[in-house]
Amino acid sequence: MRNVIAVAGKELRHYFHSPIAYLVMTVWAALCGVIFYILTAAFVSQALRMQMMGGMGAPPMSINEFIVRPMLQGILMVVLLFLLPLVTMRLYAEEKRSGTIELLLTSPLTDMQIILGKFLGALVLYSVLVAITFLYLAVLFFYGNPNARPLIANALGLLLFGAALLALGMWFSTFTKNQIIAGVLSMVIFLLLFIADWPQNFSSSAPVKVLAYMSLSNHLDNFAKGVIDLGDVVYYLSGVALGIFLTARSVDALKGRA
Amino acid sequence: MIEVAGLTKRYGPTLAVSDVSFEARKGEVLGFLGPNGAGKTTTMRVITGYLPPSEGKIRVAGYDVVDEPLEAKRRIGYLPESPPVYPDMTVIEYLAFVARIKGVARKDIKTRVQEASEKCAVTDVARRQIGKLSKGYRQRVGLAQALIHNPEVLILDEPTAGLDPKQIIETRELIRGLAGQHTVVLSTHILPEVSKTCERVVVISQGKIVAQGAPDELTHRLQGFETVLITIEGPAAEVMEKLHRVGGVQMVEPRDAADSRTTFEVQAEKGRDVRAELARAVVESRWNLLELKTSGMSLEDIFLKLTTKDVSEDSVARNQPSALLEGLHAEADRSEQH
Ligand SMILES: Nc1ncnc2c1ncn2[C@@H]1O[C@H](COP(=O)(O)OP(=O)(O)OP(=O)(O)O)[C@@H](O)[C@H]1O
Ligand SMILES: [Mg+2]
Repeated sequence: MRNVIAVAGKELRHYFHSPIAYLVMTVWAALCGVIFYILTAAFVSQALRMQMMGGMGAPPMSINEFIVRPMLQGILMVVLLFLLPLVTMRLYAEEKRSGTIELLLTSPLTDMQIILGKFLGALVLYSVLVAITFLYLAVLFFYGNPNARPLIANALGLLLFGAALLALGMWFSTFTKNQIIAGVLSMVIFLLLFIADWPQNFSSSAPVKVLAYMSLSNHLDNFAKGVIDLGDVVYYLSGVALGIFLTARSVDALKGRA
Repeated sequence: MIEVAGLTKRYGPTLAVSDVSFEARKGEVLGFLGPNGAGKTTTMRVITGYLPPSEGKIRVAGYDVVDEPLEAKRRIGYLPESPPVYPDMTVIEYLAFVARIKGVARKDIKTRVQEASEKCAVTDVARRQIGKLSKGYRQRVGLAQALIHNPEVLILDEPTAGLDPKQIIETRELIRGLAGQHTVVLSTHILPEVSKTCERVVVISQGKIVAQGAPDELTHRLQGFETVLITIEGPAAEVMEKLHRVGGVQMVEPRDAADSRTTFEVQAEKGRDVRAELARAVVESRWNLLELKTSGMSLEDIFLKLTTKDVSEDSVARNQPSALLEGLHAEADRSEQH
């Protein structure tokens, strides 16, 4: 564990010594802010209109439904597809390029400790992003009374979604010495995984169903609604496990063992 | 301390190292000498556990590097060909990180970082970013990194590469100072370097060991003999006696013996082919001549591929082969005086 934390600490150092952490955090905070503002403004104007129309009989509009859900499901998810590769692309590619991989692999660490350390480092940075989002959402508590329970599901969903991407991105980073290639590869694959459920709209054959199951976006639906579904949790955790497993295989092959 | 037995390493179809066996005893400085592409780096990478061997057994401080990698790695300090530093970290941050992953106890990290920085003379740049240091300083940080956990074994891949003459001398002094407490294996393709730093040399070329011994021992073998290997069935002592009396022969040494056959290494004067006379002598005595060949690998040819000029010497370039030998002699003499 001590070793895992040492490696994770090193990764965080790299993030904060370079522009990456600040870039990712700034972009994220700005986009979250804009999206949050637009959705809130839209919500307020629509709520006013409904009041003026005297729709007293209609049920009150839910903040969770109108602001939080579209924010997570529609927009932030897409932003992450492009932002998280920036976080993972350096993990192995840069160590391979600079030769420091030789230091790590000749130290008394297991491959798994190194992998988990790197993953943890990336996950901590990502958790900061998630925290930023929920700082915005906390504002809602001052002006309205959103339901707090679904927010927990929302946060968990966002975290799991990102964790799966990070683990897979780490794997792509083992393929090359070039960070940029690793980053672009991750973006492309993430996008493909994201749209994997589109064929579902015009076909329902077995392979299409499998594709739809694999789709990253499908499994965020419930979380965005505020529901924690065990199946979705398992899906994302499997993604994390798969990413870590494939990274381990790839590191092994790197040493000519496989 | 380090035992390498029958090490073979292939990269796909390329054979990089072939059946290499040697030993480094506790506290000695062993030089690994060979021209470019000889397989020095590959051998070191296998010893440090970075690459798995294709064949062979490697033990470090009694631990098999394949079966008990963590135990072996705990006892090895390794400076790869290019120092494995993170340019965005400061020297202190970097050394502290390496100390942690090498298993130095938390409370000792500070003192270990301090000691290693002092030993490698990087204290004055301790708070600077490594990426902004000169190549020489980066190399020293790499060396400090290898020393940080006070390992029993140090593996240094071309530790003086890229340094200026003054730094080279300092680094060699540092390495000599490490002998005794640490077992050091260093690689180089600079001929004079081994006689200056090493007590024993393993010469490797094209993945094979071609000679090993003390530096001055090697110079004697380099004096320009024609070496012939001869395998004879007959009474060994008498055969040796007889071979000795052949004209031009200067030395006869038994190399291999099985049953009644013995292989001798015969060294003759330079430029004199004694094979015909050897054969005649054997046949006259009615022994059976089983094999007769010139030693395939000429040590001199290999040495000619080595870098023979040492940048730390202000002498003029010596690129004549004979001058190269004189140079090595001089080195050997000097190291004897030490
Ligand atoms: N990763 C690799 N893949 C394929 N072949 C390799 C690899 N690394 C080294 N080789 C080959 O193995 C042989 C030995 O290389 P090695 O790097 O061990 O030599 P060296 O003695 O360290 O040389 P130098 O003095 O140039 O550092 C060379 O022929 C080299 O081309
Ligand atoms: Mg090399």
